[in-house]
Amino acid sequence: MSAFDNSIQGLRETFRRDQVWPFLAPEQAAKIDVSNQMILYVEGLNLSFDGFKALNDLNLYVNDGELRCLIGANGAGKTTLMDVITGKSKPDAGSVYFGQTHNLLTKDEADIAQLGIGRKFQKPTVFEEQTVFDNLELSLKTDKRVLPTLFANLSPSEIDRIDEVLAIIGLKQQRFMKAGALSHGQKQWLEIGMLLVSDPRLLLIDEPVAGMTAQETERTAELLTSLAGERTVIVVEHDMEFVRSIARTVTVLHQGSVLAEGTMDQIQSNKDVIEVYLGEEAVEA
Amino acid sequence: MSKLINWFSEGRSSGKYTLPFVILLLAVTVLASAANLLLPQDSALYVSTYSITLLGKYLCYAMLALAVDIIWGYCGILSLGHGAFFALGGYAMGMYLMRQIGDRGVYGHPILPDFMVFLDWQELPWFWHGMDQFWFAMIMAVLVPGLLAFVFGWLAFRSRVTGVYLSIMTQALTYALLLAFFRNEMGFGGNNGLTDFKEILGFDLQSDSTRVSLFIITAVLLAVVLMLSQRILSSRLGKVTLAVRDAEARTRFIGYRTERYKVWLFVYSAVIAGVAGALYVPQVGIINPGEFSPINSIEVVIWVAVGGRGTLIGAIIGALLVNYAKTRFTAIMPDGWLFALGALFVLVTLFLPKGLIGLYGQLKSKRQPASSQEVTS
Repeated sequence: MSAFDNSIQGLRETFRRDQVWPFLAPEQAAKIDVSNQMILYVEGLNLSFDGFKALNDLNLYVNDGELRCLIGANGAGKTTLMDVITGKSKPDAGSVYFGQTHNLLTKDEADIAQLGIGRKFQKPTVFEEQTVFDNLELSLKTDKRVLPTLFANLSPSEIDRIDEVLAIIGLKQQRFMKAGALSHGQKQWLEIGMLLVSDPRLLLIDEPVAGMTAQETERTAELLTSLAGERTVIVVEHDMEFVRSIARTVTVLHQGSVLAEGTMDQIQSNKDVIEVYLGEEAVEA
Repeated sequence: MSKLINWFSEGRSSGKYTLPFVILLLAVTVLASAANLLLPQDSALYVSTYSITLLGKYLCYAMLALAVDIIWGYCGILSLGHGAFFALGGYAMGMYLMRQIGDRGVYGHPILPDFMVFLDWQELPWFWHGMDQFWFAMIMAVLVPGLLAFVFGWLAFRSRVTGVYLSIMTQALTYALLLAFFRNEMGFGGNNGLTDFKEILGFDLQSDSTRVSLFIITAVLLAVVLMLSQRILSSRLGKVTLAVRDAEARTRFIGYRTERYKVWLFVYSAVIAGVAGALYVPQVGIINPGEFSPINSIEVVIWVAVGGRGTLIGAIIGALLVNYAKTRFTAIMPDGWLFALGALFVLVTLFLPKGLIGLYGQLKSKRQPASSQEVTS
């Protein structure tokens, strides 16, 4: 076959009438397919920074509506895993699916956030120069393109939604205070509130009780357990007491891969885990 | 208690001074214009045409400062190259004014501007066509800076260049344009730039009434731009802008494509700078590559810092005050001005991080806490 025939063949292939060009195809529906009761599929994830394997063939499956705790020593890959799920880092290999249809690796942070994956940072990050109310308004589930944002108005139902969340996170009194003036614990709560107000399907929460008083920690535990069921929550935490108080299923990460998974009791009696993680703590204590 | 919080947070919104400021600005404009046109020259209240032009020039600078403040004060993008957009707007106006000269130039060529005749060019370069139409030139004054800002912003913000690296790039941008416009082959008059303008839309540029009209138009446009910007920045888009400034990653993770916001705000700001440049040239009577000089752009940043970044009125006040001081200082001690400017910047950065507007706020809150505490407790 000549080169000419080849190119003709290529053209025919391109202009086949029984298919639609990818860029013309309608946007994939935003619906999240959880018919297998599974909301997050992380498979064979590898990511290395300058030779250091931050993620090493990591596999993780999270059920829809589950409250999952991720624990692991520093450098075990917890935060890196969150970075990959939320689109901040791209892995060298592997796949991450949200529901059965949404390939998260092809999307950027904004897309992933709009799909309904909310993330709380390790260090509480709120918009300090703006009021608590504005912080929540910005986080509402709305059209977040430039022009619609310019002409956006708060609808009564959105105000109700913000009030509802303000009640949940206990910041009703502080609604018109600048977020920068809040205490550390309150900022943590506000950040969780910012996730809640956007009505997410999956919440990734990095160290929610760092720097909180015992009382605040208790309330946070209540809040997170109440969220599970309707939403899926993944919590990264160092505070073992806290993990024990909320967790149904715990996943232990070690050197970029999953070391063990199970209930808190199973984990605590797991030999490997005792050796690499709890063991160290026990020795220290 | 909550009512009190409510009231305070309303009082904090920066928009409430905008309308009084606009009224003040327009009132001064009308009074100064009337004093120039209606009063006899020997009257004590007469405002000279020189002063009117000077005021018009200050207002153009104020508009440029406003443009820089929008992206620096509100979005945290420190542009050290905004003079480039200002100069491009100015060149568009300059080209129109150049074509208006017609055959009244030194060489008397009916179409070619003097410098082209001097360079022995035979015909008009393609980009000079259409510039004899005022509307076309004005579209260019807005379009060219806007387009450059779009391309630059799209490349820079999409690659997530931020902070000092971005500032250096903007500086390089304006410096590159400076070098390019210095070249005679570019067709913009080389280092002499464009000058010797005669009239605008048929009105003599030297006459008092034209000068006063230009001054009034500048003041009105400044007021319009101020109110429009205030409106934009108090919308939800303004809140997103502040969010990008304070915590860009957070903003991205709640679903905003921050680079798009930054690009459009950058374009908006560049267009304002272009308009300011276009108003500046007929009043000053010349545009040359010196306007692209990086030092000019840095000066703008100082005006904004002095006035108070993150407050639109602050930027305007800063530009007016510093330029007035410059006019005075350079008359008394021409060599000292740059030192004074440098000292001013250091002092403002150290002692007035929020500029003069911030100082006003500090003085006000110093008197208030005592009384507000009583009410709270």
